[in-house]
Amino acid sequence: MNQFEEQGEIVRQEQLAPEIFRLTLTAPDIASNARPGQFVMVRTNPGYDPLLRRPLSIHQTIGNEQLQLMFKVVGKGTRMLAAMSPGQRLNLNGPLGHGFDLAGKQAICLVGGGMGIAPLYFLAKEILRTSKPPKCVVLLGARTAAEFGPLPRDFMDIGVKETHFATDDGSLGHHGFVAELLKHHLDPANNWTVCTCGPHPMMKAVVKECRGHGWQCQVSLETMMACGISACLGCAVPRGDLSGPYLHVCKDGPVFKAEEVAWL
Amino acid sequence: MNQPDMHITVGGVVFKNPVLTASGTFGYGKEFEPYVNLHHLGGVVVKGISLAPRRGNPPPRIVETAGGMLNAIGLENVGLDRFISEKIPYLKEIGTRVIVNILGDSLEEYQTLAQRLSEVEGISGLEVNISCPNVKKGGVAFGTDPAMAEAVTRAVCTHSTLPVIVKLSPNVTDISQIARAVEAGGAQAVSLINTLLGMAIDVKTRRPRLANVVGGLSGPAIKPIALRMVWQVAQAVKIPVIGIGGITTTEDALEFLLAGATAIEVGTANFVNPRASQDIVEGLARYLTDNKLSGISEVIGGLVVP
Repeated sequence: MNQFEEQGEIVRQEQLAPEIFRLTLTAPDIASNARPGQFVMVRTNPGYDPLLRRPLSIHQTIGNEQLQLMFKVVGKGTRMLAAMSPGQRLNLNGPLGHGFDLAGKQAICLVGGGMGIAPLYFLAKEILRTSKPPKCVVLLGARTAAEFGPLPRDFMDIGVKETHFATDDGSLGHHGFVAELLKHHLDPANNWTVCTCGPHPMMKAVVKECRGHGWQCQVSLETMMACGISACLGCAVPRGDLSGPYLHVCKDGPVFKAEEVAWL
Repeated sequence: MNQPDMHITVGGVVFKNPVLTASGTFGYGKEFEPYVNLHHLGGVVVKGISLAPRRGNPPPRIVETAGGMLNAIGLENVGLDRFISEKIPYLKEIGTRVIVNILGDSLEEYQTLAQRLSEVEGISGLEVNISCPNVKKGGVAFGTDPAMAEAVTRAVCTHSTLPVIVKLSPNVTDISQIARAVEAGGAQAVSLINTLLGMAIDVKTRRPRLANVVGGLSGPAIKPIALRMVWQVAQAVKIPVIGIGGITTTEDALEFLLAGATAIEVGTANFVNPRASQDIVEGLARYLTDNKLSGISEVIGGLVVP
């Protein structure tokens, strides 16, 4: 198991939007072993409040030394994380779980909503680096244009040719849900592989759309978890057919084939 | 100065140091291999095993609370057969004591588990989870009734050649009474405490945060209660007591040893700091050296009540 515990040194803290941050840290063991879709467990403070680590997907690695985490402030732990500054050290362990599997895929669509966009950037970079010629369409959703921060530009800068947006308030791109963009922008003649990460209702809609076309779909799930390493068994999700033992997001996922898990 | 003597003995079995890992917080050992030198630990208590595999409770299964967490995993495990075929080969090689935590819903299930595990090489002892409901007695937990606790202990002890540690539930009026009952039933040691029953509510949805509604509280929040109970039980029984409950640091471990625990188990702390168990082993050794103590036995039961 290539997992490591590291005292990552923070090299940059960026505020991308009012409550959205991007942390760059030096953590060479984790960075050099991470795959798109994997996550880390972050100890937001050395004390007992909050007690548990926070699971955060890896936004990207930079060379073999650095990794980036993008997160939204939703509670005490993420607020502490947002208050950290360059030079400080952050204890994290990883890389954890299974990432996306795109071996041999030619037409790939990434669908991200809100913080679910975070791991898809890492994935887009990897696709552009490895598949030739890559056909990669990126569909991104957020509540407002401001919530995207610099991401639209970031995706363009790495060479993604086709990116479409959806916002709840219509301030950028399609006024509505990102899942609705699939039928607008994906040519049904292609055999698409769709990779999605975001709020559960959004992914459910994406999965439904893919099922209608017979496209393969990989989903990255988020659940409560205490350990991230398959010891607490807190991150159980039911299988697609609702039978048999539960799957565990930290070990069997966080990326699953859509049909492996139940869409309740 | 020589290396301090950290070894302890429970049920005739020598452990290289008093630091074990608590069942349900350390998987089957292998999960922590990237973070801990397993052979540095006194022992590993593995995830509770039942005769048949158990699916566990539906999610959500865990919720974080102030200084702790609630869990209602529902004893999910791979079952005895897969445990023996898939987990034991690895555990045999980790270079430390392996204690198997067992659970059942009838006396017969406990007996069968005890019997079959006694025939397996590589196991140093059994820890009996008696917090489970006895289905033949209307679902009352074995561990909440002295007579049932004694009966299940006797059932395990008479069917096993391994040392038997009985893990006590704190969800009782008088834990010392249960401890004396399992001692009478033949237990070679008791470990305590298991989790405290608790709950949490989402006020927006007015729903319980756990699908099971109630769950077991663990973590630093429960340490003072656990420590009090260990202290009481240590005075009530003659067999060794293993302290569990919110132990996160070396100082926490020392408190339990001073209160009379012969050994300790590190639980929820493993989630917070995957190296916690090893850190505590190293911390205890340093404490002994710094205080010019020759061995851990000079700490155990050393509480001074003025």
